[in-house]
Amino acid sequence: MRVAPDGLRVRELNARQLLRGGDLEGANQPAHLEGAELERYVQERVATTTLDTAVAWARSNSFFPLSFGLACCAMEQFHAAGPRMDIARFGFEAFRASPRQADLIILAGRVSIKMAPIVRRLYDQMLEPKWAISMGACCSSMGVFNNYALVPADKFMPIDVHVPGCPPRPEALMHGVLKLRKMVQDDPDLGWRERYDAVGTEEIIPGA
Amino acid sequence: MPDATGLELIGQELGDSVLDTIFFRDRATLVIDPPSIRSVLARLREKGYSFMSSLHGVDYYPEEPRLGVIYELLDMRRVDRITVKLRVPTSAPEVQSVTPDASQDAGWPTANHQEREVYDMFGVVFRDHPDLRRILMPEDYEGHPQRRDFPLGGEPVIFTCNDTGTPRSSE
Amino acid sequence: MSPLEEPTTGPAPPMSEYRRREQSITLSPLPEQLEHGADGSEETTQELLTLNFGPHHPATHGVLRLLVTLQGEVVRDIKPIVGYVHTGIEKTAEDKAYWKVIPVVERMDYLAYYFNAMAFCGAVETLVEVEVPKRAQYLRVIHLELNRIASHLIWLGTSALDLGAVSIFLYCLREREKILDLFEMSSGQRMHTRYFQVGGVIEDIPTGFAHKLREFLKVMPERADQYGAILSANEILLQRLRSICPLDADALLSLGVTGPLLRAAGNPWDLRKAAPYSSYDDFDFKIPVGTVGDNYDRYAVRLAEIYESVKILEQALDGLPEGPHITEDRKVALPPRHELATSMEALIHHFKLVTEGFRVPPGEVYFPIEGPRGELGCFVRSDGSSKPARVHMRDPSFVNLQAFSHMAKGAYIADMIATLAMLDPILGGIDR
Repeated sequence: MRVAPDGLRVRELNARQLLRGGDLEGANQPAHLEGAELERYVQERVATTTLDTAVAWARSNSFFPLSFGLACCAMEQFHAAGPRMDIARFGFEAFRASPRQADLIILAGRVSIKMAPIVRRLYDQMLEPKWAISMGACCSSMGVFNNYALVPADKFMPIDVHVPGCPPRPEALMHGVLKLRKMVQDDPDLGWRERYDAVGTEEIIPGA
Repeated sequence: MPDATGLELIGQELGDSVLDTIFFRDRATLVIDPPSIRSVLARLREKGYSFMSSLHGVDYYPEEPRLGVIYELLDMRRVDRITVKLRVPTSAPEVQSVTPDASQDAGWPTANHQEREVYDMFGVVFRDHPDLRRILMPEDYEGHPQRRDFPLGGEPVIFTCNDTGTPRSSE
Repeated sequence: MSPLEEPTTGPAPPMSEYRRREQSITLSPLPEQLEHGADGSEETTQELLTLNFGPHHPATHGVLRLLVTLQGEVVRDIKPIVGYVHTGIEKTAEDKAYWKVIPVVERMDYLAYYFNAMAFCGAVETLVEVEVPKRAQYLRVIHLELNRIASHLIWLGTSALDLGAVSIFLYCLREREKILDLFEMSSGQRMHTRYFQVGGVIEDIPTGFAHKLREFLKVMPERADQYGAILSANEILLQRLRSICPLDADALLSLGVTGPLLRAAGNPWDLRKAAPYSSYDDFDFKIPVGTVGDNYDRYAVRLAEIYESVKILEQALDGLPEGPHITEDRKVALPPRHELATSMEALIHHFKLVTEGFRVPPGEVYFPIEGPRGELGCFVRSDGSSKPARVHMRDPSFVNLQAFSHMAKGAYIADMIATLAMLDPILGGIDR
């Protein structure tokens, strides 16, 4: 189900149309622009591209991970922040305890059925834009334990990158984080989440 | 461990409560009658077994009585271990809790969380437990997971060559 | 208004399903004198505040939830709620062959993975009555003591982080990286290595392991001295840990607490000395024992245990005997691969072991060992088939957690956090 694109994507397409043809629904004819149309083209196209790329570059290089370790993968997450596999050289060492201040949740460990609503609540309390990495086999799939007590994280929250391993080496976690960084730099508009209706899920306490 | 003769002597001393004594791989086990658990533990404590290492449950499905509760006792002075076992059927899974302080004996505070775990996983109800509720599963969970007839659960593993429902299966 | 009280006036705000569920949690009865003011008069009343240290909290070690009843800043009652990382390990273990249970059980107490495997393998070896060769026992001791040091390093790092000494965390991780390199050398994995098998260890140590281990053993005591130099006489640490939340040995014994907590209170109970398993009686080491049982003693005992583990490692490495690294009994352990080309029996044994697994005679056994947090025991019941009928791990953190509310009653919140750090709970072991 393709949701109609809005926002910056529409402006990009509009800018491209302006360059190609006279009106926004026009045919595919090259045209030269002048005057007001040229200004409008510059506004739509150039500003759209450069500023958003800059913002995406800044966002991707300054993830604030949520300090959230559940089980064994949290130990390898510590090592990723440790002196050898230093996550600070990429700029991600600011682990925040409060979900309101974090934008990357690294689910490190197994999510049990008692914990799943709490993880979902934490994810809802984070503010957009936010990303999620599922670290390890237990939260990506069921991992070693295929039983009544665990929930794979895909069942209740949208995950951007899955890092396999049991537990994944700190280098593997870095690889996942860097992949996410590249994802955010290239295409920051979270299109896949809009398609699956997974945006706009912030928690609102009624009456508060 | 008390050796085989020591175990028999303890069994004789405790009298009618003891249904059976098992000496297996140098480990001593007393199988006792469920209503007398507190008095047996108190007598063993007098003998020196004053530390309770572990309290856990077993499901002996399909043999009846099905649910077993096992108490591991340790005598630190003589480095001696003894196991006390009792079995209750699923139709009446009630055992007297050994946690609280009674007027006669001091109780075993270490059994608090461990009895809650046996209740959660097996459904054995401990009478007079100060706070008997589920400890590992969510509080409104139905069923007792560690019983042998409780399904393992989990997600079905989809092998794409077998399953025709997923989009990437070869077909 | 805390979510645990029913609103008495006005329309109730819509409560989410999650909050409604928590209302069934009971609190212990509160002592009556708290209803009067501190000066005993009846005009002023004091309110007790119930604070939720949720499962997601930077200072709880893992997903531990605490319902703390506070009077001002003094803790009156603590109710720990666990189960947030319950994985059903014991149920999963009933579905797998005995050697396949080892990786499942290793992930229980995720900092002491070799200990979990040792307890389970010890229990199964008792049932099968197979003897572990001397070299395998020494190799097991080497890996167990390395794991003990690694576990204490993480404890030290995270506890120091809780108390404010952030740099200790990075220093401890630096040492732990060396230990994990050694594990990777011997088994290929840093954590959860499934190195211990029933009957011995899965592979002999490679060349270069002994050399690297000796280098590490030269460096480790100096590093531990450095941690001591920063922490042990530090005024902030002394103020925060000295005479804070003591609990005497009798209370600890009635609560079932073992390990460094009991040793800090003065009782020198250690299963490595009292009931030695796996050749621990060949080694000469001391048991560090505290006097008062406050937080500072708990810290000092664990720091001293690192030095003792280094001593055990040196002795084990010097005295490592030659021999097989796993039992020769082909019914239990896989035959070496070069035999498969020549011997038909070896091929049949290999086939049976890999497809079905070995059968264990029926019986029940409880095998306790000394883990980094206390007595780690494994109860295995077998019914004669190739899968265990019941595996129960007696985890030390699960039992030690019961002592937490007794320790921290009457202390400030900050002291409660420090006590929780010194308690060293591992939620994977508590929840299994």
